[in-house]
Amino acid sequence: MQYQQQQLDNGLTLLAECNDQAHFAAYGFFVRTGARDEEPQINGVSHFLEHMVFKGSEHRSADEVNILLDELGSSSNARTSEESTIYHAAVLPEFQTPLIDVLADLMQPALRESDFETEKKVIIEEIMMYQDQPPYGGHERLMAEYFGQHPLGLSVLGTVESVSNLTADQMRGYFQRQYSPQNMALVGAGKIDFDLLVADAERLCGSWNQPLPQRPLSAAQPQFGFSTLHKPSSTLQYVMQLAPGPGIADDNRYAMRLLSAILGDDGGSRLYWELVDSGMVESAGIGSFEYLGAGLVMSYFCCAPELAQENLSRLHDLHVNAEYGVSAKELHLAKQKIISQILLASERTEARMFSVGGQWLNHQVHKTPTEIANCYDNVTLDQVNAVAQAYSLSRAFTLSIGPREDLHPVNGMR
Amino acid sequence: MTNREYLFLHRFENGLILLAQHMPWLQSAAFSIAVPSGCRYDPADRLGTANFTCEMVFRGGEDLDNRQLVETLEGLGCDYYSNTTVYHTFFGGALPAAGLSQALATYAKFIRRPHFPFDQIDDGRQVCLQEIQAIEDDLAGKAMIALRQKHYGQPDGRFAEGDWDHVSLLTRDELCNFYKQYYVPTGTIIGVAGNIDWNQLVETIGGLYGDWHGATPAALAQQPPQHGCFHLPFDSQQTHIAMACPAIPFRDPDYFLLRCAIGVLSDGLSSRLFNEVREKRGLCYTVSASCHSILERGSIVAYCGTTTPSAQESLDVILQEFQKLTAGVSEAELNRLRVQVRSGVIMQQESCRSRAGGLISDYFHLGRLRSLDEINDRIVNLKLDQVNRFLADHPFGPFDLVALGEQPLEIRDAVSTATIG
Repeated sequence: MQYQQQQLDNGLTLLAECNDQAHFAAYGFFVRTGARDEEPQINGVSHFLEHMVFKGSEHRSADEVNILLDELGSSSNARTSEESTIYHAAVLPEFQTPLIDVLADLMQPALRESDFETEKKVIIEEIMMYQDQPPYGGHERLMAEYFGQHPLGLSVLGTVESVSNLTADQMRGYFQRQYSPQNMALVGAGKIDFDLLVADAERLCGSWNQPLPQRPLSAAQPQFGFSTLHKPSSTLQYVMQLAPGPGIADDNRYAMRLLSAILGDDGGSRLYWELVDSGMVESAGIGSFEYLGAGLVMSYFCCAPELAQENLSRLHDLHVNAEYGVSAKELHLAKQKIISQILLASERTEARMFSVGGQWLNHQVHKTPTEIANCYDNVTLDQVNAVAQAYSLSRAFTLSIGPREDLHPVNGMR
Repeated sequence: MTNREYLFLHRFENGLILLAQHMPWLQSAAFSIAVPSGCRYDPADRLGTANFTCEMVFRGGEDLDNRQLVETLEGLGCDYYSNTTVYHTFFGGALPAAGLSQALATYAKFIRRPHFPFDQIDDGRQVCLQEIQAIEDDLAGKAMIALRQKHYGQPDGRFAEGDWDHVSLLTRDELCNFYKQYYVPTGTIIGVAGNIDWNQLVETIGGLYGDWHGATPAALAQQPPQHGCFHLPFDSQQTHIAMACPAIPFRDPDYFLLRCAIGVLSDGLSSRLFNEVREKRGLCYTVSASCHSILERGSIVAYCGTTTPSAQESLDVILQEFQKLTAGVSEAELNRLRVQVRSGVIMQQESCRSRAGGLISDYFHLGRLRSLDEINDRIVNLKLDQVNRFLADHPFGPFDLVALGEQPLEIRDAVSTATIG
C-alpha cells in the first residue's frame, strides 16, 4: 500500500492509496461544499446539484453519461452532507482513464434548464419519501432546533418550498462559487497507476480556474430544549437528542467515540442492556458526529408510545451516570469492537477511498487504518472519563416524534 | 475452481453441510449458520414462533448467559447478527480471522444448548412485539410484506415477525418445542469465507456439531395465493407500489436468461426502469425490479415509491416496460450487463461476508457451489438470441399488485389485465 499525493497548479488535490494487490479501484471527486455553504433561500441546492451533475456536461447528455458509466461496469453514486459532496465510482483497473474522463467531465455540468425542471420533480419525490419514513423529517427538524441560525442547522435535502423556488441560475451561481479546484480533491484507492492519474487529471482538470470560496466557521451556539413533532399516523414514538461533542479537529473525538460505543452501541452497550435487551424499545443508540468547528452526540430510541416517557427517564439516568465514569473492562470491549470494524473496513477498496477522501475533507494528515486503530488503542481510561465529564450528555435538545403529544422533559434535564 | 477461488464442501454424517471459500488475501473471516427453522414452520395459530425462538436462542447457552455471550463475541471483535427468513434462521458474524474458531465455538453453545432463560421470556417477547409494531411505520416494507403474503400464499409468503396476538400468547414450552423440532443438523448449512484453514475448520465444526442429531422437518401443505390488485389505504405522502408476477426460479437452467433481462430492466444508471420512470419523467426517486426465488417458486418483484398524483402513471410506465421487454434487449444493453457482472464478481472477492452468504444461497437453491468465475462465464457467454428467444417465450404476468397510499391503482386494460406481452 503506497500513499501518493500531488497538487495541480490550479489547486486541485490528487490523493491515492495505491494497492497493487487490489483487483479494482475506487475513485471520487470530493468537494468541500454542502448544506452549510448555502444561504437559506437556496437551501437544498448542494444536493440538487449533486443530482444535476449526472445530467451531463456540454459534451455529454444525461443518457450518454448513464450509458458510459454502465459500459465501464462502474458502481457509481454520489452523496451530499452538511459539509461535503462526493461523486464516486469503482471500476476494473483497465477502465482507469475512461472513468476519470467521465468523472472529470461531470464536474463541469451543463445544468440545462429542461433537465433542471425534470430533476426537481425527482428531488421533491425524494423529500416526500423521507417524510413517509421514520423519523419523518425529525433529523432535519432537530438539527435546525439545535443549531438555530448556524449554517449547520440547514437541511441537506432542503424543503419542498425551497427546492420548488430554486432556479437554474441560482444553481449555476452556487456551482461557480463552490466548485473551485482549490476546493476539490480527486481521490483514489486500490489498483491505481498514479502517474497516469496525474497526467489524466492535468489534461482533463488543469484548465479549471475558479477562486477558492470562503467558508466562515463561526462557532455554533447550541440550543437546549424540548420539542414535539406530532405524527398521528405513526405507530411508534421516536425520540432524538442532540448534545455537544468534540469537533473534527479535536483529538478528544477518539475518546468520545469510545464513550459513545460504551454507552450506546447497537450491541453490548449500557443502552443496549438497559433498553434493547429488556424489550423496552424497538431500537436505540448513541453516536458521535464531528463537523468543522462543532461536534454532536446523538441519542435516540423508538418504542411503543406508552413506554416513551419511562424510556426518556432511563436515557436521562444513563446520561447522568456516564459522568461518573466507565470501567476499564467497558473500554477494552469498546476498543476491540472499533478496532475490529476498522480492520474489516480496511479490506474494502471503496471504504479506503472514503477514508482517504474524508481525511482530506477535514484538513487532516493522512493516516493508515493501523494508525487510526492506534489512535483508539492509545486512549486511556482517564481520557474517556474526562470527556464524559466535559460533555454532559443530559444537556441536550430533545425532539419527540409520533402519536404522543404529551411527552415531557424529565426532571433534571437541562 | 480457479487460482483465486478455493471452494470446499463437507457433508457430516448427521446431515449438516459445511461450505467454505478460502480467501487468503483477507485478514478477516465471516460465517453464517442457516438452521432450517424459518417462519414457514410456525404453527398457523402461533405466527412469529421462529423469530421469537431465534431471539431466545441468542440469550445464552451452555456456560454463557446473554451478557457473557455478547461480551465474548465483542472481545473477539465479532460483528454478529441473527435473523429469521421463510426457510431458515441465520446466525452469523464477521471478525478478524484469528478469532474464528472461538467465535464458532461460542455460537455452538447457544445453538446446541440454549438456556431459554425463564426470567427473559417476557423481555424477548417485548422485543418481538416491538419489531411487529415497527413494520407499521415502514410503509415500503409493509407494502412488500402484503404483496408476498398474497402472491405466495401461506406459508411461503409469511413474514418472520408474525402476528401480535400470537406472539403475545406464546409460552416458553412452545418455543422449546419449536427449538427441539427445527434446530436440527439435517438441513443446517454453515458457510464460512475468508482467511481460513479448511482442514482445521472441518475438525472444528465436527467437534462442535458432530454429535448433534435430529430429523428433517416434515413437509408443509401450501395454501393457494390470492391474486389480483389490492389497496391498503394510508394517509401518506407517497403511494408505495409493490407488484409481482410468476417467473422461473433460481434453480432453473434458464435462470441466467431471466436474470439478464431483469438486469437490463433494472440494473445500473442506463437501465430501462430508471430511465423511463425517473430520468425522463421525474415520477419517482425509487424504482426497481428483481428476481426472487423460494426454492422451486420464482417471481419477478418490482417496487416504486411515488407521490399520489404520479402513482397511476408510474405503474403504467412500469408495466409498459415489462411489455416492451418481451420484444427483446439489444446487444449494447447485453454488453453493458456483461461488464457490470464481471466488475461485480471481482468486487465481491474482497467481501467475506458476501461470499459466506452466497455459498449458502447457492447450496440451498442448487445443491452445489458455484465459483464466481462460473457466474461470470455464464453471463459473458450468453448470446443475444438466447435471451431474446427466452423473453419472447416467457411473457411477464399476470401481476399481483399492492398499492399502499391514499388511492387505489389499477392495472389498466391497455397494458393488460392478464398476461403481458
